Amino acid sequence: MKYSSIFSMVVTIFILTGPSLAQEQARLGDLVIERPWARASIGTSRPAAAYLTIRNEGEESDTLLAVRTPLSGKAEVHAMTNDSGVMRMGPAGPVEIPAGGEVSLAPGGLHIMMMKLQAPLVKGKSIEVTLKFERAGEITITAPIYGPGATRPE
Amino acid sequence: MSTGGIDANGQVDRDGPPESEPMRRSLSRLRTVRHILWGVILLAGVGLGGFELWHRTRPDPNPTAQEMASSIVANFTLSTHTGATASDATYRGRWLLVFFGFTHCPDVCPTGLATIAQVMDELGPEGEAVQPLFISIDPERDTPEAMAEFVSAFHPRIVGLTGATEAVAAAAKNFRVYYERVEDASSPNGYTMEHTTSIYLIDPEGRFVKPYSYSATSEDIADSLRRKLKGKGQI
Ligand SMILES: [Cu+2]
Repeated sequence: MKYSSIFSMVVTIFILTGPSLAQEQARLGDLVIERPWARASIGTSRPAAAYLTIRNEGEESDTLLAVRTPLSGKAEVHAMTNDSGVMRMGPAGPVEIPAGGEVSLAPGGLHIMMMKLQAPLVKGKSIEVTLKFERAGEITITAPIYGPGATRPE
Repeated sequence: MSTGGIDANGQVDRDGPPESEPMRRSLSRLRTVRHILWGVILLAGVGLGGFELWHRTRPDPNPTAQEMASSIVANFTLSTHTGATASDATYRGRWLLVFFGFTHCPDVCPTGLATIAQVMDELGPEGEAVQPLFISIDPERDTPEAMAEFVSAFHPRIVGLTGATEAVAAAAKNFRVYYERVEDASSPNGYTMEHTTSIYLIDPEGRFVKPYSYSATSEDIADSLRRKLKGKGQI
């Protein structure tokens, strides 16, 4: 009796702390959000970027419609296009996550652009990012903040 | 030569002034046509020449290293992030890794500078002969102080360079770097920049050697640099 209550307590603690320990993956319906991370901002006047991978394990495609974070006045998914060595950046618009496929937001490609920062993104802390999908709905994930020179999830 | 009229071939055949009124009119029409034709040829020539010129001054979409080497002049006179004046001559004797960008760049410039920082870490003591330079193409926002704040976040060896609008434009032109201001309401100060993202390698004599693609890994660049350093150019 005593042991089983301790056991259930441990299990409960594990379940409660589990999501924050295992931030590299979060699930929303058929969607799995993996390895989210953000780059530390250098001051607050400069925009910051966050990255993650979205995997669709379902049989129907879904679409990432919008993103938001509490630290930025405005957040948007941006795409980089390489025009013979000249990089141009602009809003990506709705991003389709094909059935059985995945979309990676990674440096030099798609990124969550955080503009009008209200506070700097500090290395070692984390930032909440809310993703809104057409079918699956909304999910808020926690992205660890790495140094300004990070190029991939650690 | 009769008194005039039209012969069997329908040709005007007549005495007196060689050009009758209708003939003068048709001849002048011919002359007009000829002028127009010459005009078209001239315009085509000017157009082709202009295109050729534009083609030559515009950055080549896929220039070979040789084509670039013959046109890139690694000349600049700018201000370092500590406020000192620096020109290409300041760095003679060292291999330069030159990257153009701006500090309000959220994705490409941090990634490029991170790659360069990793290259310097990988080279270790060998990297003494290599000087990484980050040249701003956004002098309006990139004061030496802003450059200092930015480059120091990546690697202590990176020198940030900025300057007056004209000085920056001259440096970019010499390196054949394209950049353009793009209005964007959500960006700080209402604009962002588009720019060439290659990393340029300059030898210790100040000559352009090759560009590394923005997507090159730090391992690739470090390996390439090690080969160069082991060659003749090591100082
Ligand atoms: Cu962006």
